[in-house]
Amino acid sequence: MIETIVDCLIITKRQLLQLVRVPEVLIFAIIQPAMFVLLFRYVFGGAISAGVPGGYVQLLMPGIFVQTVAFTLAGTAVGLAEDMQKGLIDRFRSLPIARSAVVIGRTLGDSTQNIVTLVVMGLVGFAVGWRPSSGIVKVTLAFFFLLLFGFAMSWIGVLIGLSVREARVAQNLVFISVFPLTFLSNAFAPTTGMPRVLQYFAEWNPVSTMVAGCRELFGTPNKFGATASSWPSEHPLWMSLIYMALIVAVFLPLSVRKYKNAASK
Amino acid sequence: MKSILAENLTKTYPKGQVKALDDLSLDVEEGTVLALLGPNGSGKTTTVRILATLLNPDSGRALVGGIDVTEHPDQVRQIIGLSGQYAALDETLTGWDNLTMFGRLYHLSGTAAKARATELLERFSLTDAAKRPIRTYSGGMRRRLDLAASLIIKPKVLFLDEPTTGLDPRGRQEMWGVIDELVKGGVTLLLTTQYLEEADQLADDIAVIDHGKVIARGTSDQLKSTVGGERLELVVEAQFVARATELVATTLGVPPHIDESMRRITAPVTDGGASLIRILRALDEQQIHPLDIALKRPSLDDVFISLTGHIAEEVKND
Repeated sequence: MIETIVDCLIITKRQLLQLVRVPEVLIFAIIQPAMFVLLFRYVFGGAISAGVPGGYVQLLMPGIFVQTVAFTLAGTAVGLAEDMQKGLIDRFRSLPIARSAVVIGRTLGDSTQNIVTLVVMGLVGFAVGWRPSSGIVKVTLAFFFLLLFGFAMSWIGVLIGLSVREARVAQNLVFISVFPLTFLSNAFAPTTGMPRVLQYFAEWNPVSTMVAGCRELFGTPNKFGATASSWPSEHPLWMSLIYMALIVAVFLPLSVRKYKNAASK
Repeated sequence: MKSILAENLTKTYPKGQVKALDDLSLDVEEGTVLALLGPNGSGKTTTVRILATLLNPDSGRALVGGIDVTEHPDQVRQIIGLSGQYAALDETLTGWDNLTMFGRLYHLSGTAAKARATELLERFSLTDAAKRPIRTYSGGMRRRLDLAASLIIKPKVLFLDEPTTGLDPRGRQEMWGVIDELVKGGVTLLLTTQYLEEADQLADDIAVIDHGKVIARGTSDQLKSTVGGERLELVVEAQFVARATELVATTLGVPPHIDESMRRITAPVTDGGASLIRILRALDEQQIHPLDIALKRPSLDDVFISLTGHIAEEVKND
């Protein structure tokens, strides 16, 4: 057991070492969300009437945080697909280590990278007027929630990364699936402007519950959804926890199984 | 003792109807080198993947170091090293990073992993490149590092899947030198190759494999003798072909084979050098000067063609 944990951490360390050796990767991972903050804050911010104290940026920041951690799965999927392509997964599989170590290590590594990204985004947000008003405990809790969500999403990435033939395919697959998910939500605009069907979708979308939960924890609660008193919109944090548990419960065993049977392309 | 024993392995991949392995059996004596020689798609890599616990066979059984690969893969992984067709390394990390990481994953202590990395980098002449990312390495350097990574735990059994495919002649020579050293150190080696010369150079024993089956097995000399012994090849100017042919026939007492377009006369010989001298004397008396004359031993290419009816493809096409 201890051995397996150590193996996981060695794989995690490998990923962090990659960031040291090729810092450009981390720099771009930070620039992109920072750019989103600035674009949404100054391009859409004027057009969307927030109706909350402190203005649109209070609602925007939790949205961008969630979008960013949701995209964790892109890094996971592409990284693993590359390892597959290069035969590195074969080598790992020929080592006397637990089957779960490589994939758990990977998801932990991607989560660690999220810490850095979130801190930088928080600072950028602060610079453009974001002021969480709930106190240090709840703010910390919110960031913890975000990391947890990134970790859960990362497991979907594992399955994608091990299933595709090429890293580029993983990249595209993630983009076309996660991008709509983050926009068909309350992250950037109120859902009430959407067609009725999409409103229902947005209401049950894990991204929406995460965003609403984080807004609550940052001190700017914001009702959402087609039916004002639905369970997800009333209990966004609980709903998010349930989603995360479901994602991990489904994708962790599938991913480990996939890894076990993975064949190099 | 047999370090590798495979019995009646079969494997059909779900997507293809063809059998990748069709009742393949082989064995490798401890401390010896077996080359699996065959063209692309003949089942070499599948065999290695099964023996290295990466793939389960549909039927049959395989023992490595006396341990069943499907029943106790974890124990097998403790005693094997695998170096695949592509350098399986983290390209963004340095050579040093890679070796220490793999050392730790083999459960060496931090200090032991570092010591082993230093030792291996030294041994494979990579010390100068140790702190450079792998992506700056040449093909030969990558392969050497990849091999080094498979030697971290001093494996009893080593699998090298096409260790020199894609390397330039110099890289190949270097790699051969390194493998030769290893073999002297007593490791049991299963090597796959499409290069006939490579099998000849490195292996004690060769198993020729085609369509998932071992179609011939023996030492390089044994395989060559299956296509016959030495032959004499003589090339003369066009106007002398007829006379030279007659001369060869009378001197050697066998009808030679003539390739008119190449002006080449070929005949089997039994007493090698002596026949050569007799032919040269006879030619000299008739004032025919050969453009080329040589005693040829059959190459493994000849063996392959005579066994399979087709030439070994040396170009990767997947």
